[in-house]
Amino acid sequence: MVKQEFPVPVITEHLQVPRVQPDAMAETKPFVAKAEFQEALGFPGELVDNWQSVALDKMSELLGKYRALPVFLDSCVKCGACTDKCHYYLGTGDPKNMPVARQDLMRNVYRRYFTFAGRYFPWLVGAQDLTESVLEDWYRYYHQCSECRRCSVYCPFGIDTAEITMAGREILASVGLGQKYANEIIGKVHKIGNNLGLPGPALADTLTGLEEEVEEDIGVKVRFPLDEAGADVLLVTPSADFFAEPHVDGLIGYAKVFHQAGIRWTLSSYASEAANFGIFIGNYDQMQKVAERIRQAALDLGVRRIVIGECGHAWRVAYSYWNTLIGPFDFLDTDYPAPQHVCELTYDLIQQGALTLDPSANDKKIVTFHDSCNVSRGSRMGSTPGGQFTLPRQIIQAVCNHFVDMAPETTHEQTFCCGGGGGLLTDDLLELRVKGALPRVTALKQVVDNHGVTHMAAICAICKSQFSKVLPIYGFDMDMIVSVHQLVGDALVFDSAH
Amino acid sequence: MILTAIFAMGLYLAVLVLVVGTAFRVVHYVRIPVPLVIPTTPAPITRTGVVVRLLREVVFFESLFKGSKWTWLFGWVFHFAMLMVLLEHLRYVSEPVWLWIVAIQWIGLYAGIAMCLGLVGLAVRRVVVDRIRYISAPSDHLMLLLLVGIGASGVGMKVFWHTDIVALKAFVIGLIRFDWQPLPGDPALLVHLSLVIVLMLIFPFSKLLHAPGMFFSPTLNMVDTPREHRHVSRWGETRTSHRKVASQELKPRG
Repeated sequence: MVKQEFPVPVITEHLQVPRVQPDAMAETKPFVAKAEFQEALGFPGELVDNWQSVALDKMSELLGKYRALPVFLDSCVKCGACTDKCHYYLGTGDPKNMPVARQDLMRNVYRRYFTFAGRYFPWLVGAQDLTESVLEDWYRYYHQCSECRRCSVYCPFGIDTAEITMAGREILASVGLGQKYANEIIGKVHKIGNNLGLPGPALADTLTGLEEEVEEDIGVKVRFPLDEAGADVLLVTPSADFFAEPHVDGLIGYAKVFHQAGIRWTLSSYASEAANFGIFIGNYDQMQKVAERIRQAALDLGVRRIVIGECGHAWRVAYSYWNTLIGPFDFLDTDYPAPQHVCELTYDLIQQGALTLDPSANDKKIVTFHDSCNVSRGSRMGSTPGGQFTLPRQIIQAVCNHFVDMAPETTHEQTFCCGGGGGLLTDDLLELRVKGALPRVTALKQVVDNHGVTHMAAICAICKSQFSKVLPIYGFDMDMIVSVHQLVGDALVFDSAH
Repeated sequence: MILTAIFAMGLYLAVLVLVVGTAFRVVHYVRIPVPLVIPTTPAPITRTGVVVRLLREVVFFESLFKGSKWTWLFGWVFHFAMLMVLLEHLRYVSEPVWLWIVAIQWIGLYAGIAMCLGLVGLAVRRVVVDRIRYISAPSDHLMLLLLVGIGASGVGMKVFWHTDIVALKAFVIGLIRFDWQPLPGDPALLVHLSLVIVLMLIFPFSKLLHAPGMFFSPTLNMVDTPREHRHVSRWGETRTSHRKVASQELKPRG
């Protein structure tokens, strides 16, 4: 086990709901964005002098722009159904990581300044002035939420803490307290086209390298085209797929699928990123601006379809928001959903019998599937509700002979976040990430112990990076986490006919 | 006569605040845009499906059932019993009393008791479970006490301190017809009515707004067809009723 500066939670046979431990995570907060990165996104460089009135003005603006906000702030009855549902509460015991308490950080201020009861009877309804310590709590605890929406599944009114967190971060950025990790990344996308700041020539090199690697491996020249005008499909994938492990094996899997199906596809150096951290910081304009690059690339390259690689929040943004943000997609082929998830594409090809698969290639693996939160609770695949659960599983079962699901209260819409989503995949939050992964690794350990599971497949770049980091800390093998399309790629049979 | 006047005015005011206050809130919600498609998925892909989803939430508290069995049990029993009690109470406002209301009169006492038991269960949880105690403000405890007070005084009148319900009905019908009749002065009845007045008065200013609010919750009421139908919501006519937007000019956008 890797040594850590903080105690790593012990995995118990069944997940325990911890007792309330006030301020258990009060020391944890991410680095604040430097002035240059704040200003690049149009936010003030540092905490403004009149932050209180700026924050309240911003809050007022958001209350008038997003119906969800006043409805959610008004409607909570404090029933407590969500209190034991957040992976960060379950992993830390800090009561401010209970979804309702996280909302209350904003709700108490909302009541104080925007409601009759809170203005005249603050003590009665728990209303609070927006003081410096409240602002600090906002910064801490709105960056201890991965916007995974699990709490909203259990709320009788559908209150989604992610919406509150997004509003909280939007307000924080507007007073000068942006988060370093997310805002630097958004800046890189605007400047270079991807989260990593990987420029076009470097990307071309990487792809050439992959072509050589695959040819060496299977003896077939599988292409990784870049900026090829006139291709049918523009593939937009998280930039981690270009070099990170196990992500890159997923990219190789997509390429093999395209190759065998005979689909002409291309990547774009201008829009070389599916991730859209605009959603994480709750900023509509940033989200739109990041998405706009992809529409532009699709038009410039003259493609007929846009396909999204394995990335959780990117799929939510693409599936749920793109049509609003950068649609309509009337310039694309209407025979295909726009945008389309790579799992939808692969699933359709399998249904049509267009892929030659040998699942025994994965016989050494016993695979389970980690539902990623944004895919599960913020999007759909296929034509029926819940397709986001069945399609990836059917793909895995088509390419693997041994598949086992984790406990039902930890899969499908009840899935647990990996612990690193929502813009928290940064080393300054490592303690939070490790503790937040506890519910998932607890469920994983059950299937490892009871069914001998060797691998966990995922369809999200953040999940993959997070698990690569935290699985070893919990004593699992780092290579346990794999891309779904790695399994597909390994099972694809190439012979002289292809 | 003074007593009658006080309660008559109190009830008129309470009904007015309840109806107008809640209507204002609902209109406020309706006028705020929903810029993005945010149903919690898996979500229905038809409007009918959404109606069914909301009905299941309203009738069975389906999500709460998934979330917490005890809270569901107490909460559902309380709400369902309260509905029965409210229906039973329609005998005070209908003249002649509708047949189906006559038919359910027997249920009133049991429903009243069940309502109180559900509320007590919720109140105990609020104190005993450390997580729920942590999130409770004074108003959360008082709200339950208020409702228990209403239920207990009602049940009390059925069992111990019978009041003159013929005179009470005359009083209520008199209120409706603006022809005031004397209100019986039994203490239990006065407590019961006073608490009901308080409940109606605080409704639009409190978490009781969850009742209308849930129908406007975008995570529950949106159809999950963002690819098939382009969702466009204009920002621009946005405004807030409580605080002027000072530093920010809102630009209209698609």
